Amino acid sequence: MSKREPLFSAKQRALMLGPLSKNNPVIVQILGICSALAVTAKLEPAIVMGLAVTVVAAFANVILSLLRNTIPTRIRIIVQLVVVATLVIMVDQLLKAYAYDVSKQLSVFVGLIITNCIIMGRIEAFALGNKVWPSFLDGVGNGLGYGVILVIMGACREALGSGTLLGFQIVPQGLYDFGYANNGLMILPPMALILVGIVIWVHRSRNKELIES
Amino acid sequence: MNKQGNTYTVIYAVVLVVLVAAVLSVFAMWLQPRQRENIEDEKRQNILSSVKIEVKRDASKQAFGKYIVEQFVVNAKGERVEGTAFTVDLAAQGAKACEDKLLPVFVADIKGSRKYILPVYGYGLWGPIWGYISLNEDKSTIYGTVFDHSGETPGLGAEITLPEFRGQFADKTVFEQDKLVSIHIKKGKNSSGVHEVDAISGGTLTSKGVEEMLKAYLGCYEAFLKK
Repeated sequence: MSKREPLFSAKQRALMLGPLSKNNPVIVQILGICSALAVTAKLEPAIVMGLAVTVVAAFANVILSLLRNTIPTRIRIIVQLVVVATLVIMVDQLLKAYAYDVSKQLSVFVGLIITNCIIMGRIEAFALGNKVWPSFLDGVGNGLGYGVILVIMGACREALGSGTLLGFQIVPQGLYDFGYANNGLMILPPMALILVGIVIWVHRSRNKELIES
Repeated sequence: MNKQGNTYTVIYAVVLVVLVAAVLSVFAMWLQPRQRENIEDEKRQNILSSVKIEVKRDASKQAFGKYIVEQFVVNAKGERVEGTAFTVDLAAQGAKACEDKLLPVFVADIKGSRKYILPVYGYGLWGPIWGYISLNEDKSTIYGTVFDHSGETPGLGAEITLPEFRGQFADKTVFEQDKLVSIHIKKGKNSSGVHEVDAISGGTLTSKGVEEMLKAYLGCYEAFLKK
């Protein structure tokens, strides 16, 4: 019998850490951009959205990896949708009960996690062909990779657009007295797109192998 | 067993869906009491906001008990009828004619003076809009308003929730002597009359919705307001 692979071998670690940078779903694969632009005007909804997607991606991967040998090929996509939709509804209901204000801010975007390409993409590309534990790590990694970008954008946009972080004022009052004003453009969706562009630019200039010739 | 056959596929789909439905039902029932409480707390928060009392959601129950001294339900003739004002479902009442509507009234005591808070419910551009309007003791001068919506366009129609729009209503009157005129929402920045406020630029249809809503609901409350 072959020796059991340790839980966090180099290969397993790569599954989880890869999507955080060199294989990031948002800034390298350009998936899930729509919600990344929509919910990042403030930091708090960005964090909650990142966590929600991570939970859904991880559990969807686990469940579908468990079911992978039983699913009839012809209704494969429908089964995936049913599982993802169930998880998303659960997250939505939990937010409504325990984080009502955030759930109001996120409004339809929680429900739209169902259509987030990252989740369906990871199930199709990974969970259906791999064992449970690697699938779980892959889901967590991709969810966090998405979340990291959301947090970076949420922090920049809230700090520059509203002068606050998580609702606390971080720009000192003295600066406002001096004539500084919040940049209202930061809160609008177009600026989110430009900001994603800047993040991609910085990321590629640090990881030269990602630049297409 | 043939995992690609029709029988297996159909059974698989049925079992999966039934299982998922059961899980979700249990989950929803477990969380429902908490969700309902959140919605009720928000309603209390909105009612208080119409008389310019801003509280956090979890403190709304206590503040509601402190400021709201009376609540009752009236009919279109202005007579009191059975019922609790707080539990009247405005969405369900919205479609009915005035004569059949249950009309809730909340009375707040703000520094010794009575304010009448009336809920209003109508339709904006994309879906329902609702709110609370508070009147001074003369039942004609507006003290404060609060509006909310389910799906108006952010940045345009959704601006009805902002203080810039809501604040305009303060000190306007809904009666011209004995005649109910409600509040007109005018385009352009030239609303100087005591029965007019400025519409939201780019949110004309939602503004019209607010105007219609106020006209319809104040019409229903007319008999009560004249008493």
